[in-house]
Amino acid sequence: MVIVGGGGHGLATAYYLAAHHGISDVAVLERGPIGLGNVGRNTTIVRSNYFHPDNIRFYDLSLRLWEGLERELNFNAMVSQRGTLNLFHTEAQRDLFTRRANLMRLLGADAQSLDREQVRRRVPLVDLDNGRYPVLGGFLQPRGGTVRHDAVAWGYARGASAAGVDIVEHCEVTGIACAGGRVTGVHTRHGLIGADVVCLAVAGHSSHLAAMAGLRLPIETHLLQAFVSEAVKPLIDVVLTYGAGHFYVSQSDKGGLVFGGGIDGYNNYGQRGTLPMAEEVAAAAVTLLPGLARLKVLRQWGGVMDMSMDGSPIISTTALAGLVLNGGWCYGGFKAIPAGGLTTAHLIAHGSPHPLAAHLSLTRFVTGRIVDERGIGPYPYAH
Amino acid sequence: MLRIPCPWCGPRDESEFRYRGDASVVRPAAQAATADFIDYVYQRDNPRGWHCEWWLHTGGCRQLLRVERHTLTDEIRTVTAARDLTP
Amino acid sequence: MSVKSLRVGPGLLGDPARPLRFTFDGRRYTGIAGDTLAAALLANGVRLTGRSFKYHRPRGIHGAVAAEPCALVDVSGPLGREPNVPATALPLYEGLTAHSQNRWPALRFDVGRVNDALARFLPAGFYYKTFMAPAWAWERLYEPLIRRAAGLGRLQAANHAHGTPGETVHDHADVLVVGAGAAGLAAAAALGATGLKVLLAEQDDVAGGGTLLQPGWAAWRRGMLRQLEDLPTLTLLTRTAVVGAYGQGVYAVLQDLRPAGSAGAGPRERLWIIRARRVVLATGAAERLIAFPCNDRPGCMLAGAAHSYLRRHGVRVGTRIVLFTNNDEAYGSALALSEAGAQCQVIDPRPQSVAGARAQARGIEVRNATQVIDTAGGARLRQVRVHTGTRRAILAADTLLVSGGYTPNTGLAAQLGAAPQWRDDIAGFACDLPEHIGRCAGASRGLSGLAAAAADGERAAGELLVSLGVSPAARPPLAAPPADPPATPLQPLWEVPDRGGGRKSFVDLQNDVTAADIRLACREGYEHIEHAKRYTTLGMATDQGHSGGLVGAAILAQARGVPLAQVGVSRPRPYSRPVPFAALAGAEVGAHFKPRRRVALHDWHQRAGATFVNTGLWLRPLVYGPGGWDPVLEEARRVRRAVGLTDVSTLGKIDVQGPDAARFLDFIYANTLSTLPVGRCRYGLMLREDGMLFDDGTVARLGEGRFLLTTTTANAAAVLEHMEFHLQAACHGMRLVLSDVADQWAQFALAGPLARQVLAAVAGDMDVSNSALPFMAAAATRLAGVAGRLFRISFSGELAYEIAVPAHEAVPVWEALLQAGQPHGIRPYGLDALNTLRIEKGHVTTAELNGNTHPADLGLGRLVKKNGDFIGRALLQRPGLQDDRRLQLVGLRPVAADARLRNGSQLVRAGAPADSEGFITSSTPSTELPGWVGLGLLQAGHARRAERLLAVSPIHGESTPVEVVSPHFIDPENQRVRA
Repeated sequence: MVIVGGGGHGLATAYYLAAHHGISDVAVLERGPIGLGNVGRNTTIVRSNYFHPDNIRFYDLSLRLWEGLERELNFNAMVSQRGTLNLFHTEAQRDLFTRRANLMRLLGADAQSLDREQVRRRVPLVDLDNGRYPVLGGFLQPRGGTVRHDAVAWGYARGASAAGVDIVEHCEVTGIACAGGRVTGVHTRHGLIGADVVCLAVAGHSSHLAAMAGLRLPIETHLLQAFVSEAVKPLIDVVLTYGAGHFYVSQSDKGGLVFGGGIDGYNNYGQRGTLPMAEEVAAAAVTLLPGLARLKVLRQWGGVMDMSMDGSPIISTTALAGLVLNGGWCYGGFKAIPAGGLTTAHLIAHGSPHPLAAHLSLTRFVTGRIVDERGIGPYPYAH
Repeated sequence: MLRIPCPWCGPRDESEFRYRGDASVVRPAAQAATADFIDYVYQRDNPRGWHCEWWLHTGGCRQLLRVERHTLTDEIRTVTAARDLTP
Repeated sequence: MSVKSLRVGPGLLGDPARPLRFTFDGRRYTGIAGDTLAAALLANGVRLTGRSFKYHRPRGIHGAVAAEPCALVDVSGPLGREPNVPATALPLYEGLTAHSQNRWPALRFDVGRVNDALARFLPAGFYYKTFMAPAWAWERLYEPLIRRAAGLGRLQAANHAHGTPGETVHDHADVLVVGAGAAGLAAAAALGATGLKVLLAEQDDVAGGGTLLQPGWAAWRRGMLRQLEDLPTLTLLTRTAVVGAYGQGVYAVLQDLRPAGSAGAGPRERLWIIRARRVVLATGAAERLIAFPCNDRPGCMLAGAAHSYLRRHGVRVGTRIVLFTNNDEAYGSALALSEAGAQCQVIDPRPQSVAGARAQARGIEVRNATQVIDTAGGARLRQVRVHTGTRRAILAADTLLVSGGYTPNTGLAAQLGAAPQWRDDIAGFACDLPEHIGRCAGASRGLSGLAAAAADGERAAGELLVSLGVSPAARPPLAAPPADPPATPLQPLWEVPDRGGGRKSFVDLQNDVTAADIRLACREGYEHIEHAKRYTTLGMATDQGHSGGLVGAAILAQARGVPLAQVGVSRPRPYSRPVPFAALAGAEVGAHFKPRRRVALHDWHQRAGATFVNTGLWLRPLVYGPGGWDPVLEEARRVRRAVGLTDVSTLGKIDVQGPDAARFLDFIYANTLSTLPVGRCRYGLMLREDGMLFDDGTVARLGEGRFLLTTTTANAAAVLEHMEFHLQAACHGMRLVLSDVADQWAQFALAGPLARQVLAAVAGDMDVSNSALPFMAAAATRLAGVAGRLFRISFSGELAYEIAVPAHEAVPVWEALLQAGQPHGIRPYGLDALNTLRIEKGHVTTAELNGNTHPADLGLGRLVKKNGDFIGRALLQRPGLQDDRRLQLVGLRPVAADARLRNGSQLVRAGAPADSEGFITSSTPSTELPGWVGLGLLQAGHARRAERLLAVSPIHGESTPVEVVSPHFIDPENQRVRA
């Protein structure tokens, strides 16, 4: 069994296959060193505040797995449930968030609404009136928060390795071997590796790996940027999302503000930061949190996202028997790593989807049972 | 940051344009099977390399342009107005 | 040591006639104009300037440029306190108030110092393996402690005053030259002489770079600067750093206008966004440190920095100075300091060197084949311990200068995609650029020596001229520079191993990363440079590993047993210097964050006391008065019972003209429009290609080939884009044009049973009777003498007319209507009343058109045409969209008349309170029925009339019994609109 991609989802899938299903005849192949793709370059947020009930269930499974991860892996991934706070600025936004929070509560997740005064107490830095789109209130998921991203890859890699998984770095997959309508292995720079099941866990690059198997996917690759500031003493102790512009922020344990905005909005594999998005994100930041004006931004970088056509991930078998896809994570892959790994391992081990990930099958685009969180339609560049 | 050489307006920043995705997919004829429409709407080559894509110059001449761009380097090879393309 | 003894002259930049007072940690000092804070502190004998990040070790000034790892201070000013300001790049001004950072309670007595004693337990990556038990303790106990200890400075952040916003300037250049040292000056002068537009950016206060340290280069530099001044197409910006290179010739360039904490108007910095055809990267090289035990003590400093303080500021950084160097260039600092009266010794690991011989000839003691192995002296250096062969010696010293060689500054080149190439001769990586982007020049390209750099700058200019198609003949030759002295090559030296054990050799002084940390990372499997960087935080501080990054990589290479060329360096990203949020944000912050769109009648609404609401960029009247349900219902009831007038000008309006207009609209809309008679309106539905509703609006046929359509306010731009895209991409050969006329027309809805009387009073002799102007009629008209259009359409469910007039005529027509309506009790009504009216009528808005509903979901399936192609037709047929269990539009009423509804409540059955079957989208108190009415989306809702459900809002602790009803609460037979 071969898992292509030594990122968060690939390593977690391998770990759960070996540790929970007793399948340790698994090789994880990584083109470079492990953990340096999106798992090592994101804004580290975990939460389960989604609109679609199936997504709430899936991401809340992930949140529960995060909560037990340190004990599961005996590695401190610094899971920090400091809460995620979404601000709202219009009554229409309030109604949408109310609907979401109520659904989360019905499904066993946590959510609460905050009024302006509660927002101010929680984040004194917020300029509630901010001149253009005053903050009307916020919705808090107390169990949301951050996780030290590098530690996730390292922790799953250690766990998988200890359970007998082979992790092969610097082993680029150059082709997918198939015969008689099913997958038989992968070609790599070091030769052919035979396998009954090949799982692609290479979000950002799913399309060109799938193309090796002759498949096209409902995915476009887009750039998502992130930024980090100089380290300062504690300033914000919640993950904060602005509702009137592209900006969300948290503060790392080291003291830097980690923040980001929307995707750049055109197919891109470049992994570079761009200037217009930086200006837009900074303008939103200073508008909402004027006290940040003199704080200095250290770095800007870009990661490539699998943007799926409905904005929800894909955990699915494919038209080629034996080829399993874990991808389409859009900008939400990090928080899903435990559930993505667990449910992908289930799909591989049992040949049928995990009940909490059945809605993520590729067949949804054919049947029309799409999972369009924000109702944007088949325009990945607009998600 | 992209600078797109608009045939009408000259080189312009990406912020003047709206992206409209893959220009190689063609809307099937009315009588085509639903499966063809599903492919048209959802399935993409998404190459890491040269990509033909639509950009609408909303902040300028409002013309639709087909841009051939490299998705890794952002290099732009050709720009053609949609009206000049032969269907 | 007396203060006077350290200032030996004014230096190149100092003005002794202008003393400046400043305070540091509450003590008063005096410097002179031209000083940086670091220069002034050194002149005053201040050595200790801060505590380190992790171990709280005492630290002093390490360098003389902005990328300073140690001397970061907190500066107080009129707008609060600014942390992490490098004292090395902060110009001194009268009254400057700075504090050291990361110490508690005071710099000299720091409780955090205990961390240094605990260092064996705090190696790199220790967080990952510890702090796990008991399970609750990470977040409640350990994490808060770590967070409090982390971070260097403190941002005074509770200040909501928007200081002067940053300033953004866009400009073009033929060539952007980065760095005004020998190479940059030569390149800029040569390029500018041809008439090309050249922007020369220098991050230093003055142009000159390395030439500023060499008195022999003064004449050449002055000549160059005079030449530049005479070039009309050349702009030289000092205190200006190129911080990002974004490809396609776009560069982010940050110009400092005022120092941190200074009073004064205007922005602190200006962000230039430069689009350049070519770039010359003459960014020089950074001197690097050598890792040896206790190489961080205050008094340890880069050799070039000491040279710089002496030449530029006349400050001699010490009296007894040891220079530890593996290269010839650094000898210049010992020669200069010796000349200035310091007692200097040189420790050089090489067996001999040309520069060493020169120094000895000037009476400077040079110990060859020798290394520094330790320092001593607490918070102030007192001794340097050295090792020659088998002998050790202890040298008394107050200052230890270090030079481990020079690393080309390749950050910008790497941002542009250049791959760093290893160079044995300089023991470093250098880059070059493809011709269509530009050229690296001078030390940044791996050259040594100023004359070599100047010549390379001139050569670079010549090559770029060729690539730009400019005749090089247009370029006069430049003045010849002084020659470079002969030099012995450097001998790479990254680390002097710790022979005593237990002492720290730092490679990243700001993040407290030691050579041992890097070896530990390697042992634990974090062998890749990016892994080691993340595990140890090497190079992730504000100085981005300026002086120690390559040293760390070299130590990793040694630990792995591979050449440094194979390990490489971590990928540099923007920004090459930290950039304040304010500078990136520019002026579009606070009230100017987004434009405000105001309707033509905005001032009228304001005078009438309207409460405005943000809808996208628009400001719209929500209610006339202070708000609350009572005035809203009063406005709405007046429409139901008499007549009201509301401003709907924010609707999108698109004029479609051409012989193929009808055919095109049949393709764009899900219903048929080609059959619409001239002079009539029709409600139109647009789908996305995936079958879901995109937008709704009205379409009026003004002529055989002319239609005017409206869109929702929210989708005005998106619908136009959608139509333009499909017209140009998929409808080749169709003859029509689309014009956005949204801003040209103001539009009002005159609604209520008495609307016709009001209209008649302003419509002159136009026949407005039901037979002449029936429901869904469209006509040209003159109202109050103004030519406009009339559409008999209704969103409120009452007899209504929408009146469109040119925007500049909005006020007289609006006022005429109100005047005419006065006898009938007319009042304007706002968005809230409009919403109440449409909910009662069962009309949908974005709350129901949420992107996941299609026409049949909303009870509009009958409008979808059965024949002909249109956008969304094919995918609408998929089983998931034809499923009876989909969420469908229903009306909802509370069972108890006094209960209220809440948008966002979930709909559940009493027997299954955790299973959501839908939710409330819109709700309002009714104008005619008792209590509240609402709309919702409910699974299989169309078949569930009269069923009882619970509307629950767990976040509010609410559970309200509701009944499923028709969404058309008033006038389901549509009699009123046709009256």
